[in-house]
Order: sequence, then structure tokens, then C-alpha cells
Amino acid sequence: MKRFALTLATLAVAAAAQAQVTVKEPWVRATVPQQKATGAFMQLTAAQDAKLVAGSSPVAGVVEIHEMAMDNNVMKMRQVAGGLALPAGKAVDLKPGGYHVMLMDLKGQIKDGDTVPVSLVFEGKDGKKQTVEIKAPARPLNAAAKTDPSQGGHAGHAGMKH
Amino acid sequence: MAFTPRARVHWLAAALALPMLGCDRSASTPAVRFRGLDLTGAAYGRDFRLNDPDGRERTLADFRGRAVLLYFGFTQCPDVCPTALIRAAEVRKLLGADKDKLQVVFITVDPERDTAPMLREYTAAFDRSFLGLSGDLARTRETADEFKVYYKKVPTGSSYTMDHSALSYVFDPQGRLRLAMRHEQTADDYAHDIRLVLAQNG
Repeated sequence: MKRFALTLATLAVAAAAQAQVTVKEPWVRATVPQQKATGAFMQLTAAQDAKLVAGSSPVAGVVEIHEMAMDNNVMKMRQVAGGLALPAGKAVDLKPGGYHVMLMDLKGQIKDGDTVPVSLVFEGKDGKKQTVEIKAPARPLNAAAKTDPSQGGHAGHAGMKH
Repeated sequence: MAFTPRARVHWLAAALALPMLGCDRSASTPAVRFRGLDLTGAAYGRDFRLNDPDGRERTLADFRGRAVLLYFGFTQCPDVCPTALIRAAEVRKLLGADKDKLQVVFITVDPERDTAPMLREYTAAFDRSFLGLSGDLARTRETADEFKVYYKKVPTGSSYTMDHSALSYVFDPQGRLRLAMRHEQTADDYAHDIRLVLAQNG
């Protein structure tokens, strides 16, 4: 387990202490001054069925888990009720066009290259909670979602795990 | 993109049918040529009267001679708005030598939070040529109604977010509404249609 966590760390990935949930490629969209909200994106893989239920960050007054959906050409963004389900072993992408961790009431501008600490709270089926600390680099406001399939969990590192 | 092959077939059909079209210009621009939704002749989306970040009032007439790509959004939007503006910047690149024949305009549906300096910095982060416009609450609502744009404040936590239409409108260099492009469409689709609009207007 330790070795696994170490491997992930070398991949600039934050791993849970017990590696219950791994977080890959976290990033935050940089903001302009006075902008009060932005999104954090990443890929989550839980070893056992779990849910992402909450988050917090020193840079934001409020952190919520949001889902974006298009409904008849209208963009709707909502808090994910009851937490974001992470089925065992399945990589779940938080990326533009889907889920994101919404950072609100920002305390200052997030600049390209900043490192944003975020605590993510996961809840297992047994109701036990686990907090994972990540450090998400800020990418420029105009950073597009990565679509490189080699970044996907199915082809790469997540496979080592199971 | 599921619709792309079909759009290509229609484009081909339109090209084949072209020699038979001897009528005037507006009639010879069949909807099928566009990948977006053809709104030519629509009785809405005629104009706006909003302020740029310098406080100057702007209307569509200011952009005569250029096509306009118009998007309604808000800067606190972490997802669709950056995606739309990233695409708009890519569209300008795809237009190559014609890139300055397109003006991208971003109208905020959240004027309470989107101040002029923020709008300026926000649009410039994508492309320095982009223009952010805003009005007061009443003017914003009027403008959205004129463009059949839906938006609504939705409380979340101690804050709020905005639901909003994510279509982009295309105006021809005469300032006439021509197209609505969907959020799911690619920069290539946008550039394709904008090139057609520019070509028709010379």
C-alpha cells in the first residue's frame, strides 16, 4: 500500500493515507481579481464504494460538489444531492461538462501556477468518513479540459491497483 | 458529434442544388448549409444597448462590417462559460486572415457581481479582442428577453449560481441575426458557419 501511495505521489498525485480513494490530476481554474467562484477538477477512484460528500479549502468560504448539465440548451449547475457516488474501482472524472468541486466565496484571486489546498471528505458504505488533502495547481482561466485519453484511469496507473 | 455526418450530407445536397437556385441571396441560403440553427429572418435578437467596461454604450451597429459571435454568461461560471470562450478564441484562430472580421461579445447575466473591471479582465483572459458588456438588472432582463435567452438565479449554499442559455448567436456584418450555435458544437462547426456568413456578405 505504501509503495502504491509513493508511486502515485511521484505522479504528482495526492493519495489518501489508506489509499481508499485516489485523486489524480487535480487542478483549479484560475480567476480574475474579484471573481468569487471557480471550479476544481480531478479524477477520483475509490477502492471500495464511496461517496464524495464534502470539501473545504482555505482559499474559499464555501466548497460544494456540483454537477453541470445541459437541459434544452440551458446550462444548469446544481449541488450533487447526497454526495457524488464513486463505485469501487471506477474512475470518476470531475471535468468541465460534468462534475466539479465548486469553490465559492473566494478570499482572493487564484493565479495561474498557484497551488490550492483542498480537503475532500469521502464517506464509505459503512458511513466512515475519510479526509483526503490535495494540492491542486491552478491552470489559466482559459485552460481547456484535458481530453488526452492516456490520462484516463482505465489505461494507466489505476490498473496497478486492482 | 452525431449531427456532423448528417450536416455534411445536407451540405452536399445543398451544393448539388446550388445551380438551380437563381433567386436572391437570402433565398439562396438554405438552412442546411449551416451546422448551426439558421435564424435568418427571425423577429427577435435584433439589437442590444449595453455598456462596455469603459462605460460606453454599445449596440450591434458598432460592429457593422464584422460578424458578431454573442454569448450570454457570467464570470463565476466554472464550466460552460470558459468552455464557450475558449472555443470562441479557437474560432478566431481558425478564421486565420479573417479573424478580425469576427467580434466576440460576452453579455453578463449576472451584472450584480460582474463589474466592469472584472468583465474586462475575464474576457481578456481568453482573447484581448473579446468585449464584455453589461447592463443594470432591468436592461439585462430586457436584453435576454429580446434574444430569447433564459437565465435564472439559483441559490446555492450562502451564494448563488446562474442557470442560463448556452447558445451562441452569430450576426452577419450587416448586424442581422443569422445563427444559433449549440454548446455541444465544435470550434470547427462555429468557424465553418461564420465563414459562410462572412462569404455571403463579401
